[in-house]
Amino acid sequence: MAKITFIAPDDTRYDVEAETGSTVMEAAVRNGVPGIEAECGGACACATCHVYVDPEWQEVTGEPEAMEEDMLDFAYDVRPNSRLSCQIRISEALNGLVVNLPERQA
Amino acid sequence: MLSNFVETDVVIIGAGPCGLFAVFELGLLDLKCHLIDILDRPGGQCAELYPEKPIYDIPGLPEVSGQGLVDNLLKQIEPFAPEFHFGEMVTEIERTEDGAFRVRTDTGTALLAKVVVIAAGGGSFQPKRPPIAGIENYEQKSVFYSVRRMEDFRDHHLVVVGGGDSALDWTLNLQPLAKSVTLIHRRPEFRAAPDSVNKMFSLQERGEILFEQGQVSALKGENGHLESITVKGPNGEVDIACTRLLPFFGLTMKLGPVAEWGLNLEENLVTVDTEKFQTSEPGIFAIGDINYYPGKLKLILSGFHEAALMAQAAKRIVNPDARVVFQYTTSSSSLQKKLGVI
Repeated sequence: MAKITFIAPDDTRYDVEAETGSTVMEAAVRNGVPGIEAECGGACACATCHVYVDPEWQEVTGEPEAMEEDMLDFAYDVRPNSRLSCQIRISEALNGLVVNLPERQA
Repeated sequence: MLSNFVETDVVIIGAGPCGLFAVFELGLLDLKCHLIDILDRPGGQCAELYPEKPIYDIPGLPEVSGQGLVDNLLKQIEPFAPEFHFGEMVTEIERTEDGAFRVRTDTGTALLAKVVVIAAGGGSFQPKRPPIAGIENYEQKSVFYSVRRMEDFRDHHLVVVGGGDSALDWTLNLQPLAKSVTLIHRRPEFRAAPDSVNKMFSLQERGEILFEQGQVSALKGENGHLESITVKGPNGEVDIACTRLLPFFGLTMKLGPVAEWGLNLEENLVTVDTEKFQTSEPGIFAIGDINYYPGKLKLILSGFHEAALMAQAAKRIVNPDARVVFQYTTSSSSLQKKLGVI
């Protein structure tokens, strides 16, 4: 298990427990965190689970792969710390992860 | 007037896995099908969203890719020779005096069928609107999501946004017509075919098009007539004067015209009964992800089951006097003949 914190654009914090092996997107959907739409259900085929990884965690979560970069082209206000949360897999190393939610999903 | 309509037993709206399997179940009962899909190929979400992804919950197939499932279904329905209409969206369903349906698409296809099956999944795939404030005010005036007529872009200052094949193809195709073309993409890498990307860069070197790295953040212009856009790039913001914008931000699913056919809906899904999977309009059925009934699960296997039961009801509408004998493909020689295996 890992504790993940989602921070909405209005600074509301959502602390959720995420199961190892699941994804940050699944943790958001299971716990009803608003702002993660995940239209394609986690197939890396849309860009509606876009998050900004807290800069302190960027090294641990790593860089997006080529396919995810392609999908990020469809997201709104993409920044260097942008990721699709369905592509961040939960491990013990991510315990305490903080991600920011964008103002809207594409 | 009816002579313009192609007659068939069943029109299936949507060529995803459930629409395809419906051809099989209807075919066993001797019903001939036409399928219409807005995409340019069969498979629906399986082909468009996750062709390479493995699916693990199709009975009897421990693991199959989205495209693999579609290929298998196409093979399975081959004996019934369904007719496909790709790249078309059904815009109108109208009941005739004798209870059949006239079905028309946005490209002018006109079919006359006794039964309509809506197997439209999450709705029709349509171009995604990029979340730029006020963009809807410019749509169809100076912002377009597809190119219907190239002439609409002649002598315009055009900006194309995106890094995929649509963006690159239209940059290249419209460059000779437009007064100027600027391509905008958020990064210097492109997912479009390398050949198009090379062509684009060589045009850029010759000064015939401009490339700007960044994301469109604002539109300016009165009454829907675009005058300039603001692009946020790695080196800050720039304004680019333009009169036409073509953003390519992928596809999303929208219920679309289904909502206008007078069917009972619940949260954008078509309500059906669980005996025939018939909608509130007799003769119009809905199967797969697009329908709703208590206990509904959006699984491909549920859609297959719905197709089988729907087909029994459809048969009674198309051939009310025929005696329907329940048969198995393992033992019925008549079914095996239809399948071409004996």
